[in-house]
Amino acid sequence: MDKFGKLHGIAAPMPLVNIDTDMIIPKVFLKTIKRSGLGVNLFDEMRYDRQGNEIPDFVLNKPQYRDAQILVAGDNFGCGSSREHAPWAIADFGIKCVISTSFADIFYNNCFKNGILPIVMPQDVVDVLMADAEKGSNARMTVDLENQVVTTSEGQEFPFEVDAFKKHCLLEGLDDIGLTMANVEDIDAYEAKMSQERPWI
Amino acid sequence: MTAPKTLYDKIWDAHVAHEQEDGTCLLYIDRHLVHEVTSPQAFEGLRMAGRKVRAPEKTIAVPDHNVPTTLDRVSGVIANEESRIQVEALDKNAKEFGVNYYPVSDVRQGIVHIVGPEQGWTLPGMTVVCGDSHTATHGAFGALAHGIGTSEVEHVLATQTLIQKKSKNMKVEITGKLRPGVTAKDITLAVIGETGTAGGTGYVIEYCGEAIRDLSMEGRMTVCNMAIEGGARAGLIAPDETTFEYVKGRPHAPKGAQFEAALAWWKTLYTDEGAHFDKVVTLKGEEIEPVVTWGTSPEDVLPISAVVPDPESFKGGKVEAAKRAIEYMGLKAGQKLTDIEIDTVFIGSCTNGRIEDLRAAAEILKGKKIKDGVRAMVVPGSGLVRAQAEEEGLADIFQEAGFEWRLAGCSMCLAMNPDQLAEGERCASTSNRNFEGRQGYKGRTHLVSPAMAAAAALTGKLTDVRELI
Repeated sequence: MDKFGKLHGIAAPMPLVNIDTDMIIPKVFLKTIKRSGLGVNLFDEMRYDRQGNEIPDFVLNKPQYRDAQILVAGDNFGCGSSREHAPWAIADFGIKCVISTSFADIFYNNCFKNGILPIVMPQDVVDVLMADAEKGSNARMTVDLENQVVTTSEGQEFPFEVDAFKKHCLLEGLDDIGLTMANVEDIDAYEAKMSQERPWI
Repeated sequence: MTAPKTLYDKIWDAHVAHEQEDGTCLLYIDRHLVHEVTSPQAFEGLRMAGRKVRAPEKTIAVPDHNVPTTLDRVSGVIANEESRIQVEALDKNAKEFGVNYYPVSDVRQGIVHIVGPEQGWTLPGMTVVCGDSHTATHGAFGALAHGIGTSEVEHVLATQTLIQKKSKNMKVEITGKLRPGVTAKDITLAVIGETGTAGGTGYVIEYCGEAIRDLSMEGRMTVCNMAIEGGARAGLIAPDETTFEYVKGRPHAPKGAQFEAALAWWKTLYTDEGAHFDKVVTLKGEEIEPVVTWGTSPEDVLPISAVVPDPESFKGGKVEAAKRAIEYMGLKAGQKLTDIEIDTVFIGSCTNGRIEDLRAAAEILKGKKIKDGVRAMVVPGSGLVRAQAEEEGLADIFQEAGFEWRLAGCSMCLAMNPDQLAEGERCASTSNRNFEGRQGYKGRTHLVSPAMAAAAALTGKLTDVRELI
């Protein structure tokens, strides 16, 4: 996984609440056996009509947001299924950070496995960031994971919280399985103990 | 003396294989369920890294999302090429990595969350994961069960653990008795209506109270299944005699002395008196009515006696969301829910595809015919549910009423196979999600219980099942 550097880019506003994983990547695209290439189908049913033409009103189709790297979204973003195709599509599009008042649990975890930083902010801060994102491509936001600060195009700074371990993994681009394997002796020991205590498992 | 613990605390503590100073843990996974949609990239990852499945004997795979449910599938060929490739990939991966497998041709095949409990893979006190959000279903056994993404599927395959931090504890109590016509599905939808789809975010829910205790295992699975729709990581119900009775004798449940040893441990799995919950929600069982969803989020729940709400009655971002939902659903604020005409009825899914669900629907349909022009189908949750329903005469009731009697799979719950709504079609569905496009592009979904779905099939409208019993 790539290291998560300081991000300075365009933020797209999506104020709708409860944007679910079926909206992010509809099920017809879950039939792939690969992780790549899903960016073109991100938000497919909102982004294209049935003939495959772009719907001009949709935010990521607007010229100023086509290269967005940040998404400012309504509450409970990513609710629904566990499909990692959702963060795969987001990452493949080029979005590296999503900011909302809350995220669904599985989606939130899936983001970190794919180099995406989900940031939870209170409603009043999301309102400010949403308004900043509405300004379009001349207004670039900065996301500094190292120092845990989001800065608006006008220089307003908002600190955010992130789990220290998840932050470390994102900053260093670490592979989870590799990390866990470093503790394989503990897993061996647990299994040995359980084969005595709960042999039916 | 140790501090009183919740059921979640106890299961969590029993599975920590390693803990970092910051509280990040390696949680040992007892059962890993696998299906064809969220696993191919994970197996490919193992292959690329030269890794094996650490515990193939604890890994259970079954194709369910893509499989056709029409009777001609016995020929073994899936027409849709992409679907076929996914199912074939699972066939190949299951064989290559040596995991337990129920292929399409096996009578025990079905929806992974129905097969697991049915075969006795799911047991009290276990940790159960699957690359599927409805893994929450298994919480009905007092097992800590939740969905994971594909990267985590690969992680569990390789290490049999998951990197986790503990969630908070939430208690949802349903007091008293349910009224006639009210089912487990109405309970779980009513809870989401109360808490919202983000109300459980960051929590593991324990469902308790008399109305929960009174439920069968099938009903408890329905309740826990939709914990994820309330945003919770998992839903749990403490195991009791109902649980032990269900588990005993299942193919992969412990036998003889091992069963007795397991039972002794299972009986310790309850929330201690005085244990702390970070959030508590209480509903009165007798006040829950048969419910239906009107919008495109599972939190858009109302009693069947209500009307489509006015978007302006909501607050914040929900105003716009409600406007969008009402437009998408082709409804009008103030319209009576019982005036909404449907053209499709779907009975099935991991929420309501078990034998008890089929019995409840058949009870309403017995000796009657569905409304002309309504397309109705029953998709049993597993081949064994289907066989049992045939033995009990339920299949005859459905078919005589005008339902299609299908083979097992996820089917129209998420419409990855050919079972889909056409644009603008409206469905009374026993599944779990009413999202835009969930059952087909521009399809419209109303979530209901099996009995309510049967009632809608008879009248061609959303109907209060209490008028038919």
